[in-house]
Amino acid sequence: MEFAGTSGKVITAREAGLVACTRCSRAWPIANKRCGRCGAKLVSRDFKSLQRVWALWVMGLICYFPANIYPMLVTRQLFNVDRSTIIGGAVDLAHHGAFGIAAIIIFASVVIPLGKFWAIAFLALHVREASGATAHRKLWLYEVVEYIGRWSMIDIFVVAILSALVQLKGLATITPGPAAFFFALSVIFTMLSAQAFDTRMIWNGQPKEDETPEHV
Amino acid sequence: MSDATALIANIPLDELIVCPQCDAAYRFKQPKSGERAVCQRCHKILIAPRHKAGKHIIAVSIAVVILIIAASVFPFLSISAAGRSNAVSILDAALSFTRGPLLVLALLTAGFIIFVPLLRMLLTLYVLVPVVFNHPPARHAMRAFRLSEALRPWSMAEIFALGCAVALVKVADLATVDFGPAFWMFGILVVLVIAQDGYLCKWSVWNSLEHPEKS
Ligand SMILES: [Zn+2]
Ligand SMILES: [Zn+2]
Repeated sequence: MEFAGTSGKVITAREAGLVACTRCSRAWPIANKRCGRCGAKLVSRDFKSLQRVWALWVMGLICYFPANIYPMLVTRQLFNVDRSTIIGGAVDLAHHGAFGIAAIIIFASVVIPLGKFWAIAFLALHVREASGATAHRKLWLYEVVEYIGRWSMIDIFVVAILSALVQLKGLATITPGPAAFFFALSVIFTMLSAQAFDTRMIWNGQPKEDETPEHV
Repeated sequence: MSDATALIANIPLDELIVCPQCDAAYRFKQPKSGERAVCQRCHKILIAPRHKAGKHIIAVSIAVVILIIAASVFPFLSISAAGRSNAVSILDAALSFTRGPLLVLALLTAGFIIFVPLLRMLLTLYVLVPVVFNHPPARHAMRAFRLSEALRPWSMAEIFALGCAVALVKVADLATVDFGPAFWMFGILVVLVIAQDGYLCKWSVWNSLEHPEKS
């Protein structure tokens, strides 16, 4: 497809006095408030979205602390009761030699969430300026966050399966700890935070000369 | 008014397509079946039509609906150790958080792995069936498709599948695990859901809902 202008130069809908629907890609005159095709709200650049991004980011972070402090799994075997936190559980697995699984858990429950907090904060702080990183880098970072963020839920599902399955009365039972609740909330809040971000802002502060379109 | 604005002003609005990710405007040109129109600035896929995609998607959606319902009631996994055993279905697994605030978690989990995927498939059928068979779009079809798209990130069947693998390793020390029929159904279901997501071209659906006669 060709750029709507001529000679391969990027023209944004905003420059052309239009506003685009981010849901169905249709263009409308900039004064329109709602998309005539799919009914979505039209905003040329949603700078207000940053407030929502930050609010949800903070909620996610607040939930992340109790998620790591409280036990995630409570295992009762004969006479001993073992309460393990997220990190404790992964360390136990590594002790049993299951390094691959321990790595998945550490990656999904520690590396991804912390990386996400950093990435969203970085994007929200630097989105208005051309500094920090190039637009392509920022967009790449955003796509990684959006794609990978959901996978943090894996630990919650592990807890769900284990506590449903391991109910052997008198022998061994597993029940979920309070951390499961906070961890799930933390993941949900950070997912919402990333979704609230309007990626079109990334390209706004960008000097035009940088934008030689790559042909694919 | 700059040159750019003047140029673009000559193009009728419904011949423009704007990248939702970076706001670059393009003059619409229907890509050939199997080809894709990609944003040249940010590489977002804008249009990716496929031959007979509609019918394929409908077939897959029906299969997934049946599989989800079957997989949630049949036994999923069972364990046994020292003469004691326990079998669970996916619904049991999802609803294992049943005390206090964990009840909220149970509902969320059940939603992510059963109800959201199921609802998305039903909405897809509701939207696509009339359009694909050349009938006028169903009432509120646009709203239904909007909901289906909004739910996309919250459909987590594939994440649950990886969670199963991790859980199995954790249990292996404690007891022997047997796979029920639902386990295999769920495996097939995950593959179908992923394939179906890759197949659906959002833009084509919006376009056919707007101009039902053309598609
Ligand atoms: Zn729209
Ligand atoms: Zn783009």
